[in-house]
Amino acid sequence: MSRRIVVITAGLSRPSSTRLLADRLADAVGAEVSARGESVEVEVIELRELAQDLATTMTAGGMPTGRVKRARDLVTSADGLIAVTPVFTASYSGLFKMFMDVLDTDAINGMPVVIAATAGTARHQLVLDHALRPLFTYLRAVVVPTGVFAATEDFGGGEGGGGLAGRVARAASELAALVVSESGSVAGFAASAEELVAPRRRRSGNGVETDVTDFETLLGELGQ
Amino acid sequence: MQLGLFSVGDVTMDPTTGRTPTEGERIEAMTRIALKAEEVGLDVFATGEHHNPPFVPSAPTTHLAFIAAQTERLILSTATTLITTTDPVRIAEDYAFLQHLAKGRVDLMMGRGNTGPVYPWFGKDIRQGIPLAVENYHLLRRLWREEVVDWEGKFRTPLHGFTSTPRPLDDTPPFVWHGSIRSTEIAEQAAYYGDGFFHNNIFWNIEHTAQMVNLYRRRFEHYGHGSADQAIVGLGGQAFMAATEAEAKRTFRPYFDNAPVYGHGPSMEQFTQATPLTVGTPEMVIERTLGFADAVGDYQRQLFLMDHAGLPIEMVLEQVEMLGTEVVPVLRKEFEARRPAHVPSDPPTHGSLVAQGPESTFHLVAPARAAAATS
Repeated sequence: MSRRIVVITAGLSRPSSTRLLADRLADAVGAEVSARGESVEVEVIELRELAQDLATTMTAGGMPTGRVKRARDLVTSADGLIAVTPVFTASYSGLFKMFMDVLDTDAINGMPVVIAATAGTARHQLVLDHALRPLFTYLRAVVVPTGVFAATEDFGGGEGGGGLAGRVARAASELAALVVSESGSVAGFAASAEELVAPRRRRSGNGVETDVTDFETLLGELGQ
Repeated sequence: MQLGLFSVGDVTMDPTTGRTPTEGERIEAMTRIALKAEEVGLDVFATGEHHNPPFVPSAPTTHLAFIAAQTERLILSTATTLITTTDPVRIAEDYAFLQHLAKGRVDLMMGRGNTGPVYPWFGKDIRQGIPLAVENYHLLRRLWREEVVDWEGKFRTPLHGFTSTPRPLDDTPPFVWHGSIRSTEIAEQAAYYGDGFFHNNIFWNIEHTAQMVNLYRRRFEHYGHGSADQAIVGLGGQAFMAATEAEAKRTFRPYFDNAPVYGHGPSMEQFTQATPLTVGTPEMVIERTLGFADAVGDYQRQLFLMDHAGLPIEMVLEQVEMLGTEVVPVLRKEFEARRPAHVPSDPPTHGSLVAQGPESTFHLVAPARAAAATS
């Protein structure tokens, strides 16, 4: 069964070091998933290309543009995410947050995620754990233990470059393990299959949920 | 097919002159728009309900009674009546009173349509929005349909041996629509009682509107009120018209660009493409509106938003005139031509409900429950 990894990258320039890190992570995850005997497809969402669509969605009462809709579908149906942002003013970039804000709160329930960030200096590295990790925890994603932070010096050779390669490999391995194991339980071995599936139930927010609660139940809950 | 207007009642600066009407001027403008609607042959005028600036319509029954006194055939409605924060006893009495004054030319649209802070102003909790809409409306149905009510619920003080007065005109409560943009529970509620479902439509793409309407239609059939295509559907729409598309766009653009809801955001072109907003000739409005029926099926009520975003009253009156003389007659004819015979043309009116008689399912508090019991 082929797995689909979606990369969300919020770099603004071209070429961008954020995209560079995203690609290294994607390649490493691809290799790790393949090493486990599964094939993998990678799709990249360049948030820069969505900048105007995100602003339009925000200012049109939340009605998504076609491109925002497609991005939401991609993310919600992925088997794993790689999320990479530059550090701006002590946190993820505003563009990155705008994208997270247009996702449904049930869009990435139980989704395995690698978080990563780039910055000019290593002094920003805690951004992973004080900004990105809580954001994805709020969205009920499963963030792998290793976050990948790359300062400018890490893109060179020597100690910095070597350290980054190691962190990329470890994070990729952690994500691949979760992505490959993402196939649910064996039926009949759990108390209720529904209970197990429910926490992973995702929705893009693009369509209307058609499995409504029966009105008699709604009335009954109020004792009417 | 009923065609008419719905107003939000926003007090907005005219961006071309920098002038903001006073509240009094805006209220008077809304009245003139309603009277114009009757004059040019529209069927319905509906007013919003808001309790915060920049909106004026906080007292719809007062306003509708004033309009009723000056009109003869216009149906007066709301868009919406806040079923969440208004005491259902007040709604029952206010609208029954209005029914008597207006000789039955009244229906109403329930909605939750509140911004967060409005709930605590009326002692309610926004997190309880759906349960409030469910319980309050059920009580409202009982108040209108049972002479003496004994009732206990979660959100209001109990009632013992209570009779709301006056009783509905001819013992026939007004027809009710339920308005909802995204909440499937409200579509479900409308379907359960066999009431109408109204989708505001104007800020959403037609595919989304169609999904909501189709959900209501499917559940309407499920609850035994008729086939899905016979369900009572209403839609909103918005348009700005001129003799040519270029002229319409030139005139409307500053209003669009500065509108409180979508101004400074999407371009007018993006917005007209994504939503039902049409800025162009009356022919374009006709074509677009007929297209709604392709998406949601043959429906019974179409309301247009025409007085918003700071448009001056004279311009709005011209728009209403154009709607009444150039657009509505064609729409009426075309909608009738495409409608299959078994699909109702109009939503229920006071006259049609009285004619159905006191034994009709409309007079039951919970018609779906009764249908389930007999099947």
